[in-house]
Amino acid sequence: MKKKEKRAGRQAFGLKLSTRIWRHREYYLFLLPAVVYVAIFCYAPMYGLQIAFKDYKVSLGVSGSPWVGMRNFTDFFRGYYFRNLIRNTLVLSLYSLIVGFPVPIFVALILNELKPKFKKVTQTVLYAPHFISTVVIIGMITIFFSPSMGVVNTLLNGLGMDSIYFMGNPKYFRHLYVWSGVWQGMGWGAIIYLAALAGVDPGLHEAAAIDGASRMKRIFHINIPCIMPTIIIMLILQVGRIASVGYEKVYLMQNELNMEVAEVISTYVYKRGLINNNYSFSTAVGLFNNVVNVILVLIANQISKKCSDTSLF
Amino acid sequence: MKRKRISLFDVLTHMLGAVLLAMVLYPLILIVSCSVSDPQLVATGQVLLFPKGITFDGYRQILKNKDILIGYGNTIFYTVVGTLINLAVTVPAGYALTKRTLPGGKIFMAFFMFIMYFSGGLIPSFLVVKGLGLYNTRWVLLILGAYNTYNCIICRTFFDAMPKELEEAAVIDGCSVTGTFFQVVLPLSKALMGVMVLYFAVGHWNAYFDALIYIKDDGMQPLQVFLRRILILAQQQANMEEAAEYAQSLANLEALIRYAVIVVSSLPLLIVYPFLQKYFDQGVMIGSVKG
Repeated sequence: MKKKEKRAGRQAFGLKLSTRIWRHREYYLFLLPAVVYVAIFCYAPMYGLQIAFKDYKVSLGVSGSPWVGMRNFTDFFRGYYFRNLIRNTLVLSLYSLIVGFPVPIFVALILNELKPKFKKVTQTVLYAPHFISTVVIIGMITIFFSPSMGVVNTLLNGLGMDSIYFMGNPKYFRHLYVWSGVWQGMGWGAIIYLAALAGVDPGLHEAAAIDGASRMKRIFHINIPCIMPTIIIMLILQVGRIASVGYEKVYLMQNELNMEVAEVISTYVYKRGLINNNYSFSTAVGLFNNVVNVILVLIANQISKKCSDTSLF
Repeated sequence: MKRKRISLFDVLTHMLGAVLLAMVLYPLILIVSCSVSDPQLVATGQVLLFPKGITFDGYRQILKNKDILIGYGNTIFYTVVGTLINLAVTVPAGYALTKRTLPGGKIFMAFFMFIMYFSGGLIPSFLVVKGLGLYNTRWVLLILGAYNTYNCIICRTFFDAMPKELEEAAVIDGCSVTGTFFQVVLPLSKALMGVMVLYFAVGHWNAYFDALIYIKDDGMQPLQVFLRRILILAQQQANMEEAAEYAQSLANLEALIRYAVIVVSSLPLLIVYPFLQKYFDQGVMIGSVKG
């Protein structure tokens, strides 16, 4: 079959380019909507990135506004919030990574050992939180951890402790953010590892069982090594995202009391840009964040290429 | 046959499985229980698992709440039409990218992959939307995200795995590429379409931030924006006041509506996904990770 494809390819290459393009016209039509969308909504904004180096005025437009060089960036780096924002963003995502990364692997390894029926039910239930919206998740946290009627405080009171206003105390913000994320994502995140575990050669397990390896031992010496490539790919993807904490969830959890730890780069970009109308400055902050992200992905990819043979590109 | 013996290992793993199950189920059950319980008992922390003093006032209250009804209607509209647009844009692109002989195919691939790693960011995107006159129109929520590289690659991987002979036979029989796609390829792609519909629909149903940024009129807001007001903003305000006063203010039907609204807004997706589970379990995602 491969040979056939190759021959077809060679034949096609023998033709003139215009003929080949004409022959594929319908495929281009298939691509057209996607290309138009991406050009307008993904690439056109990249042209607009130049306002990071300008003093954008609505009346002058993107190209008409005067250049100011790196001023917006230096303003940000020297600004009062800079260190705090970087710290909050990094701490939040590192904490999420350290806790959130191993949990789905652990869940998958456990699910894999369950009896089929119980496995199926558990799996289905564990996926449920993934389908609940961020707004509802934060709403649930707000309710459960509320100082007067939340279950958590009812429990604390039962143990003879005072109620705690969790959402309003900066001390608890990171824990709530990360652990609610674990709760929401542990089942869904396990899918990929379950698929990898399903691909493990049963022969390995049979051979190991005959040699007297316990099931625990087989997890460590067969299952985990077999899903290692998947684990590494997922790790690269996650490490590349370390500098980017999305605004959707953090923004919902913010209030006046926890802002010192809850303000991250993306929410800052939103507020400075769209609430205070500081377009140029906000674009510069976003661009800085984006460039850092790209560099991190490249570094993570490079390291993984060197240490194992798995890489994204 | 082996003798049926329950090992210690089995006991341990099943206990861990049960713990995971309980961790996920408990908050969900509690929400449902609270939604049908007497608000007075809920506010004083007496409903801890099962409902007490059953009442359906919360749900009745929802039917009287104009905001929620408008939001619900809007969300259904955005989800149905938006998902159709998503499919029309993303799936054919994924199919075209499987064609190895397509001149410029690699360039298109690079064109699409690049946006996974680099973007114009919030403000420049906002300026483009505004410049196109889409600000504060329903179109924004329908069109934004119409194409998604991640899902497009899932489509490509899926179509790539299909036997090429089928398409070739159709073409030899005089079927055009478009005809082949709609009459041969798509009917064989139910699993893929199920997963795509689910992914896109979940995205539309649960999104709130685009609406926050681009929609000003309440009449066009999706459900999640109203949920944010009811569940988070109102509560934050309440928490600022004195605790006693707060408990009292919540001991009315307004408080009950929170639980009911969580149930009503989350239920559609929670009912649908188990039916599609076999598809996303099949490992549709494997190919996607490798690009």
